[in-house]
Amino acid sequence: MVEPLLLFDALLGLAIVALAVAVLTVHDRFAMIVLFIVFGLMSALAWVRLSAPDVALAEAAIGTGLTGALLLTTLHHIRAAPAAPVPVPGGVVVANLGLCALIFGGLAFAFLLTPLQAPGLAPAVAQNMAASGVGHPVTAVLLNFRAYDTLMEVVVLLAAIVAVWMVERGTVQAPAPVLGEIYRGFSRLALPAIVVIGSYLLWVGAQAPGGAFQGGAVLAAVGLLLLLGRLYRPQPAHRPFARAGFVLGTAVFAGVALLVAGGGRLPFEYPAAHAKTLILLIEGMVTISIAVTLAALFHGREPEAVPVSEKSE
Amino acid sequence: MLLDLLALALIAVGAFFFVAGTIGLLRFPDTLCRLHALTKADGLGLGLTCLGVALLAGTAGEVVRIVLIWFFVATSSAVCGHLIARHVRRAANAGGR
Amino acid sequence: MITALSIILIVLLVSILGGLIRVLRGPEPAERMLAAQLFGTASVAMLLILSRVMAMPALLDVALVFALLAAVTLVCFVVLAAKGGR
Repeated sequence: MVEPLLLFDALLGLAIVALAVAVLTVHDRFAMIVLFIVFGLMSALAWVRLSAPDVALAEAAIGTGLTGALLLTTLHHIRAAPAAPVPVPGGVVVANLGLCALIFGGLAFAFLLTPLQAPGLAPAVAQNMAASGVGHPVTAVLLNFRAYDTLMEVVVLLAAIVAVWMVERGTVQAPAPVLGEIYRGFSRLALPAIVVIGSYLLWVGAQAPGGAFQGGAVLAAVGLLLLLGRLYRPQPAHRPFARAGFVLGTAVFAGVALLVAGGGRLPFEYPAAHAKTLILLIEGMVTISIAVTLAALFHGREPEAVPVSEKSE
Repeated sequence: MLLDLLALALIAVGAFFFVAGTIGLLRFPDTLCRLHALTKADGLGLGLTCLGVALLAGTAGEVVRIVLIWFFVATSSAVCGHLIARHVRRAANAGGR
Repeated sequence: MITALSIILIVLLVSILGGLIRVLRGPEPAERMLAAQLFGTASVAMLLILSRVMAMPALLDVALVFALLAAVTLVCFVVLAAKGGR
């Protein structure tokens, strides 16, 4: 008899592939977005089945809280300002196909070359856990053993918001949408709860699944709800605070990395006695940065004194 | 043992309501009917699942989290149902004029 | 016990996949959104059951995040729809 859990896994895997195909082939753009949201739900479940609750948490927070909202806004944007589709030159198509084939080939090559029963780096991580300053292997890897990569990931977000602010400017003068009494009551309950859970995820990251990215993504959802309900309107005068929020994580992360260097230590080599404090400091600041940056990415423009009409929004 | 069976029964009935909700979503004629099928089904389905899983939970902390999950899904799906219904009514009014 | 719970998991997954037909067919965006809402709740139920099957209480945190953020996409949809364009 087939193990039911194995059957579940197989079905889940097939569903993910089928959803990916459906997202790319369906004609209605709204259906495309909804299918992509479901794709996110299914991949979160897949990460769970792969025993990677950290990734599942990130996927849950970003997939349910942010991606859907971002895509819906984009669709609204496209519909409000319909542009004639520009024909794609054949050369671009060929180049893209070539790149895709290269990436696919590379991945297939790497996959086929991987030994089936490799020990991986898990034993090395387990051996050095005591020196990491935290109790959760994933956090130890992200913030200590490969902190350099993580710093680069934070920089990617910073680069994204810099690009968005360069492309689009203006403030929104539209009146607040009428969502009704019931929604107002709900947001009074939900917003503080989301803040608490986001902070909890950051804190628990030291011992269990959770951490800066997950906490930051959950907190960003608060920003989204505030922006959507027009409870907060970005103003030109708020730009310095936003900018400070964007660079805070990168600056503190890089600053700590450089400050611990010297006296025979390399950058990122936290002194063992203070490792936990330093990691928590970095994670806290990175969380704030991620939350502010993701919310600003959703808002999608630098709040400059040029009023934009709702049409072009 | 008895507790396990009870928990399993609750979870199974919960899953049954999810299936019923999906069937309602597929078979009912218009948006508001589908909304009706869905909100009942997922509220009841998740409530029963939570109850069943809580009976199997190891620690008090897990039970508290399960209760929180139930509470937030219940409130947010109620609010979402309300928002969708408002949206549908408004769209219908705008179309009728 | 694990076997029985796994079978329930399969039932829930199949019910989600069946509901996808509504997403594909539409025709109202509101209905597609509703279907996504149902799938979100079903995923929470699956995570709760998986936390038992896999003996991994951390999955409850994943479910909690799902539960808290489930409303965000839908609120975004309603706000944008009220703004016009549709």
